Amino acid sequence: MKTTLTRRRILRALSGAVAGLLSLAASRKAKAAVQKMLVASHTPKGYDPTKHKWLMALDVERCIGCGLCVEACKTENNVPLGPNYFRTWIERYVITKPEPGSGELRGEVVVDSPNGGMHGFPSSLVPKEQILKSFYVPKLCNLCEHSPCSQVCPVGATFDTPDGAVLVDPKYCIGCGFCIQACPYGCRFMNPITKTAEKCSLCYHRITRGLKPACVEVCPTEARVFGDLKNQAPDDPIQRFLGKNKAAQSLKAHLGTGPRVLYADLDKEVR
Amino acid sequence: MIMNPQLTNSIVEILPRVEGFAYPNEATTHPLWSVLIVVYPYVTGLVAGAFIMASLVRVFNVKPLEPVYRLSLLTSLAFLLCAPLPLLFHLGHPERCFEIMMTPHLSSPMAMFGFVYAWYLMAVLLLELWFDYRKDFVEWSKAEPGLRGIIYRSFTLGVHDVSDPAVQLDARMGRIISIIGIPSAFLLHGYVGFIFGSIKANPWWGNVLMPIIFIFSAIVSGMALCVFLYMILSWARRTPIDMDCLDQMQKFLFFALVVDAAIESLDWVHRLYSADESIHILKSLAAGRLFYTLLVGQAFCGTLLPLLLLGAIQLFGRQMAVAVRQRVYLASSVLILVGVLAMRWNVVIGGQLFSKSLRGFMDYKLEFAGHEGWLASLGLLLLPFMILAVFVKLFLPLSAPPQGGGLPAMKPSGSTGAA
Repeated sequence: MKTTLTRRRILRALSGAVAGLLSLAASRKAKAAVQKMLVASHTPKGYDPTKHKWLMALDVERCIGCGLCVEACKTENNVPLGPNYFRTWIERYVITKPEPGSGELRGEVVVDSPNGGMHGFPSSLVPKEQILKSFYVPKLCNLCEHSPCSQVCPVGATFDTPDGAVLVDPKYCIGCGFCIQACPYGCRFMNPITKTAEKCSLCYHRITRGLKPACVEVCPTEARVFGDLKNQAPDDPIQRFLGKNKAAQSLKAHLGTGPRVLYADLDKEVR
Repeated sequence: MIMNPQLTNSIVEILPRVEGFAYPNEATTHPLWSVLIVVYPYVTGLVAGAFIMASLVRVFNVKPLEPVYRLSLLTSLAFLLCAPLPLLFHLGHPERCFEIMMTPHLSSPMAMFGFVYAWYLMAVLLLELWFDYRKDFVEWSKAEPGLRGIIYRSFTLGVHDVSDPAVQLDARMGRIISIIGIPSAFLLHGYVGFIFGSIKANPWWGNVLMPIIFIFSAIVSGMALCVFLYMILSWARRTPIDMDCLDQMQKFLFFALVVDAAIESLDWVHRLYSADESIHILKSLAAGRLFYTLLVGQAFCGTLLPLLLLGAIQLFGRQMAVAVRQRVYLASSVLILVGVLAMRWNVVIGGQLFSKSLRGFMDYKLEFAGHEGWLASLGLLLLPFMILAVFVKLFLPLSAPPQGGGLPAMKPSGSTGAA
């Protein structure tokens, strides 16, 4: 008698567990629906994310390292001012000449990004005559097609939008930091005030209203080009960029993340 | 103009010390996953390892290990209860932690934690312990007065049937659960390894061997913990140590350690031989910032030394005096426990000491107080021992029928499931 009772109990518990597992899918669907609604509610009327595909392109040769983009981003998006909080930043690469007789193609590669390049760059410590090549590389979220950050988010607070942005819902993020570890490009940080993960949103509040991202808007040399792959005008800057730079590259392509941020004239040392 | 070299330079100075170059977001004063996340895989590993030790009795019928069967299970439970705490303390928003279970993102390895944890706690450990203890609970609840009696009575869950068929069913259920438990223990800790192993952004972590390394280091550390606890408990209670049991435990510990050392060496051999773009920075990491924890702590003290000690006992053990063997066992288990802790440190902290640009290193200064300080972590490491002390007091009473010559962990009849 007891035997059957125990077994039945176990079966009941097991079926409960199975039912719980089965309802997972439903709850996920519901969450996705709610999330979609939340995203939609912040976008202006008439904006359909499925009708756009945003792309950012950067011309390394044009960047002068003025840091206006970094400052504009911090101001526009209320990014904390500390030296470890950047949605976008600029790196300076200084490649020295090889030692004579060393048999090397190049010398040392010195990289720096003082305060993310927000206030420009002081003179390099490498003497001018030793420099083989020097350039600035603006960095931001790489808008990965297969974004490792949204893949690993345990609650789905980070998600890919149909128009190509990767966003974070700060009201939902639990602050575990997994996405920050998973981003190969160091584009994410933990916001010390909200205690949630933060990253470049591509100025989603601006682009959905037909404006350019703040960093693109302020760039004095048009080193940053922004456009919509699904709606291309003939004189579209992105179209011009792609026409001119047919071999534009992305960062860390070997990781298979499929970045939608392209670089023209990228040196192989840039990681 | 915005560019102000003086200001820029002063800001660079107050930045945390970075050697070479790190992405600005990486150059924080302490790593995002700090010492709390070192404690988490360590504790989880001890859970899995101690359970494997218990399964050797239940599933594989290793008779000499019976004296530590219950101790291993209770150890496993005590540590499992504490396993989620470091994670929880670490979260930016601990109050949202249930979102992981309510709305899990199924492609995230971390989202599975709640389920793997709940499965292991509810479906494996608690069930196995309950079936194992059921008969004792019934007997103790009759014999013990006061609060203890109430506790035991509540643990019977109202099932007071201790007839032979019922006890036989207990034993059968215990065995079945134990069989399910072994892959579950592998799952629990392999999954922790996968959290790190799946991060392709970090060459120190992103490694297909990582889950296997984690599983074997978990088994090694859990077994060492059982050896350590068994000896300490016997000394504290002044009960004789069953040398047959201890020798047997050490034998399994030795073999597990051999496998663990082999896999970890394979990892390094593979890294050095295939020598991809990350190898330079990883080599300087191992020889520099991780020298004491990796080469001295993990490789020498935690692996090589115990291997030699235990290997010597395997070869010449029979000629050695019991007291010598006991001391060697205790020493090697402590070394292994420290070595595996060092291994967790090397994985978790080591992975965040170099920039993902592979161009520089960050510093880590361990804080004393604060929720990311070592005091909190020490507390979290000691907590399971305190819980275990209560468990031992309640569930391994000295007054229990000492059928095996007064061994503290001897089981009363009816609970030897595998028998």
